[in-house]
Amino acid sequence: MPDNQVATQDLKHHFADLEHQKATSTFGMWIFLITEIMFFGGAFAAYLVYRLYYFNAWVAGSQTMEIKLGAINTVVLICSSLTMVLSVHFAKLGKRKLTAICLLLTLLLGCTFLGVKAVEYHGHWMHHEVPGPNFHFEHEGNYDPHQVMIFFSLYFAMTGLHALHMIIGAGLLIWLLIFNARGRFTPEYNTPVEMVGLYWHFVDLVWIYLFPLLYLISHSHNG
Amino acid sequence: MWEHLPLFPARASTMAGHVDALYFALVAIAAFFTFLVSALILFFAIRYRKARNPHATQIHGSTALELLWTGIPLGIVMMIFVWSAVIFFMQTRPPKGAMEVYLVGKQWMWKFQHTEGQREINELHVPAGRDVRMVMTSQDVIHSFYVPAFRIKADVLPGRYTSTWFHATTPGHYHLFCAEYCGTQHSGMIGEIVVMDPVEYDKWAASGVDGSLASAGEKSFQHYGCSMCHRADNAGRGPNLTSVFGHQVLLDDGRTITADESYIRESILNPGAKIVSGFKNIMPTFEGQLSEDEVIGLVAYIKALGNGTANLPLPVSEPNSGAYPVAPKPEGSAAKSDKTATTPEKNGAAKPAARQ
Amino acid sequence: METISHTSQAKPNYLNADYGLKSWLLTTDHKRIGILYLISISVFFVLGGFFAMLIRLELLTPAGDLVLADTYNKLFTMHGVVMIFLFLLPAIPSVFGNFLVPMMVGAKDLAFPKLNLASWYIFMIGAGFIMYSVITGGLDTGWTFYTPYSTTYSNSNVVAAALGVFITGFSSIFTGLNIIVTVHRMRAPGLTWRRLPLFIWAHYATSVIMVLGTPVLAVTIVLVALERLFHFGIFDARYGGDPLLFQHLFWFYSHPAVYIMILPAMGVISECIACFSRKRVFGYDFVAMSSIAIAVLGFLVWAHHMYVAGISTYAALIFSLLTFFVAIPSAVKVFNWTATLYKGSITFETPMLYVFAFIGLFTIGGLTGVFLAAVGIDLHVTDTYFVVAHFHYVMVGGTVTAFLAALHFWWPKMTGKMYPENFSKASALLVFIGFNLTFFPQFLLGYLGMPRRYHAYPAEFQVLNVLSTAGASILAVGFLMPMIYLAWSLQYGKDAGDNPWHAAGLEWKTSSPPPTFNFDETPTVTWEAYNYDEIDAPGGPTHNKGVEVAG
Repeated sequence: MPDNQVATQDLKHHFADLEHQKATSTFGMWIFLITEIMFFGGAFAAYLVYRLYYFNAWVAGSQTMEIKLGAINTVVLICSSLTMVLSVHFAKLGKRKLTAICLLLTLLLGCTFLGVKAVEYHGHWMHHEVPGPNFHFEHEGNYDPHQVMIFFSLYFAMTGLHALHMIIGAGLLIWLLIFNARGRFTPEYNTPVEMVGLYWHFVDLVWIYLFPLLYLISHSHNG
Repeated sequence: MWEHLPLFPARASTMAGHVDALYFALVAIAAFFTFLVSALILFFAIRYRKARNPHATQIHGSTALELLWTGIPLGIVMMIFVWSAVIFFMQTRPPKGAMEVYLVGKQWMWKFQHTEGQREINELHVPAGRDVRMVMTSQDVIHSFYVPAFRIKADVLPGRYTSTWFHATTPGHYHLFCAEYCGTQHSGMIGEIVVMDPVEYDKWAASGVDGSLASAGEKSFQHYGCSMCHRADNAGRGPNLTSVFGHQVLLDDGRTITADESYIRESILNPGAKIVSGFKNIMPTFEGQLSEDEVIGLVAYIKALGNGTANLPLPVSEPNSGAYPVAPKPEGSAAKSDKTATTPEKNGAAKPAARQ
Repeated sequence: METISHTSQAKPNYLNADYGLKSWLLTTDHKRIGILYLISISVFFVLGGFFAMLIRLELLTPAGDLVLADTYNKLFTMHGVVMIFLFLLPAIPSVFGNFLVPMMVGAKDLAFPKLNLASWYIFMIGAGFIMYSVITGGLDTGWTFYTPYSTTYSNSNVVAAALGVFITGFSSIFTGLNIIVTVHRMRAPGLTWRRLPLFIWAHYATSVIMVLGTPVLAVTIVLVALERLFHFGIFDARYGGDPLLFQHLFWFYSHPAVYIMILPAMGVISECIACFSRKRVFGYDFVAMSSIAIAVLGFLVWAHHMYVAGISTYAALIFSLLTFFVAIPSAVKVFNWTATLYKGSITFETPMLYVFAFIGLFTIGGLTGVFLAAVGIDLHVTDTYFVVAHFHYVMVGGTVTAFLAALHFWWPKMTGKMYPENFSKASALLVFIGFNLTFFPQFLLGYLGMPRRYHAYPAEFQVLNVLSTAGASILAVGFLMPMIYLAWSLQYGKDAGDNPWHAAGLEWKTSSPPPTFNFDETPTVTWEAYNYDEIDAPGGPTHNKGVEVAG
């Protein structure tokens, strides 16, 4: 397919050229990621405030987290970031098949993460650690169970919002797979793959903060 | 006619004059700048209207002018800031030795408790010429204690004590409003502050009272079995509460805090929140078992223990006379008749405390 | 809308480019999306105004005799929610920002046209949720959603309304994102940052706030909804939660949100005052930078809403100090506008009348803000009618006045039609008189101590309340008139020509209404902003019609 045909098909009317269009999209994506940082920032602020208020409860809550599952999920997400980078790379080279494989792997790893998260949630459910009237918590240490409930509230709010972002990301990956199958991505035009890549890395990065803050930081602390 | 169209609120506290003075200064500044800008606009609009000045002269700006009209307002607002900060310190720092009135706000009424024992609803009697500190909490949502004639306002929050103070100057009846929206009858959550002559107030406060707030608290202290563990001889499983209030307390996580009303309240309702160094988290929570009024009684009692106007009671087996103030008793006598204490050390076994 | 184009415009433009409902609902043309927003927010403005009239009627008498207490609480809540989230926040950025930013920077469209259309749909979906809560019994938490009232005690439909506010937030984020990217990446050749109209600077600053602030509100609202639905306890004191944390998070967005409402208004004023005094805006750099300063400082003052809420003395003092700082850039703007008039050649068309009204009312609104910044006074007047008067002076006296200025200034550009000047001047006068009569007495009421959100009040406050209600009825007439004569002008108005005000700015260098892609050829800018000296110079392009392409 000649280059200029691709260009007329993919270039929106209000841009000068494809390069201008891509640079603009990238810039827009970064601005969007800044809003995402502020979005999670609000929840992180709440986390920090209550961690200062209710340190003992935070330690107690943190110590019941399944570190193994969290660690597995961290590895899964880091691997998915790698496959995502590879799919962007192959999309730029115009290798449709390899792009598809990498996107599919990313999607599978993303689903694995969600599956493991579901197992964890189920565990909390079974242990009555879901906030609400039936919340019940017993563990060694000097703490107030009410305050542990706040820990779990923030745990569910933060990981839940993160999981929601993962689900949206999975939807975007499926969309990319369809477009890729139709041959819409070329070495000249692959902006959507790159944008979804930026988004995916951002969502991974949020987990990279959530994991230590919720699981690790107080794990070996002697409450 | 001014009864129907008042333009200025009554001044009935020492704070009112300070706030009004700053207010008038600000009104003067605001009026000056409003008239300055309006006059300039009017003058320019007439002088440089197109009919008279068909061709505009382009001026790009003037850094000197910009600095001038950045600097002058900045100077003015900094002066206002300092002035208002001085007033704010007066408003938020109650003088030592102020008499205290406890307040519980609930949808949609104000409940007051005087330390002398009087209880009131939606009406608060206070003496003129004395400092009064309000210790306030809410049973449900956020309310706000607002007395326009005193120029004071403070939010009343659930789950903690907030405070404000005033020094009423003129006897009379003044509005009390709830200023923070609190639901259906928000506008009905109003009351009256009755400022009385101090002599009459003392008469009023002493009439028909069967014991002070602290003595009511002392009864609760016995009734709920607090005295089993919080013992004057330091032999209980809980800390000795004599001379705690207003002093520094070392916690088991290394922090030091001052024991104020909010801390006492929290320690009763969420005992696990802040553990005193050297003690175990064995006290049961009293959340949902004590009314805010009872908590206030307990706080007042522990406060009285702190300033030496009350003592920890004899162990529960002895009937409480209810008389107040309780005559000081020798400290050693408390330990002997304690039947329930199993381990005399402070770091007793981590089992639930005995409850009555 | 279609009829306009038939009657006079031979040249293809964005209005006659395509017909039918589908061509509007699926459009990605920023100008059509701007019109969609204009229609939507006008409807919400009327609705919010209707709630306001009922509030004022109830307050005519001290007793709560017109509506029940619960109804009254719902009225002021819905007045606030509708006016803030569905009118004031999108009013100028989403209507005029949408319509004008691409044209002012010489672009064919915003950077992301589909996102722009999505933002309108998101706005309407969010509005739908809010309307759902209005219809299913209303909302009674106040627009501030304070916990624990909103999470535990309110019996009204909080979750639907919260969801609505959450969703409209994304529309705001997308509009802001679009404007930032457009200003950065889509400027015409030669249009350097310092040649940008101040309207663009103001919208850029606004968009920064939208992008940084709105997500914090979003997550806060999510936590409120989770707490209400599942008893999470984060803001509930019974579980050790902190209701003040909600206030911190809420005001972290909602104070800067005030600047989302006023900054674009300031941009409008700069455009109009330059045009009708035929002068470059005095101190361009300082006016532009003061917008940025307001956007930055605006994020550091949120807790001045909480002086009496139980924050520490020193925190209150620091926020008080920072609040005084944020007053300065606003003052700088007012002085620069005033100085712009000096040695101008001033005419008094309707937009200019609104500009004069704006400067006067905003000055009062801003200066009474200084009262509130002073903690010592705020302790007395916060949560009273003084605050109500103050923010109406800024929001109505400022933003709505500027919105009307913008509407009258760019109406010929948007529709190609002129409205009847006599009516528009009369309505500007009514708005000014009605506004002052409505809200000035509220300053007095506030200092007297009348708390806000009161359904019934002590009798001594009645005279001032009657004055306020009388003013409100004049104000209502002043607001309804433009709707009528502007609608009338669509059909019967005179043709405006491309540039009836001989205004500077790229948007005036194309035809009215503009063609779909704004410019037949991308312009190259070789002049500074507000080059009225060149426009008015003998032989200058004063009466330029059609597209001017330089270079």
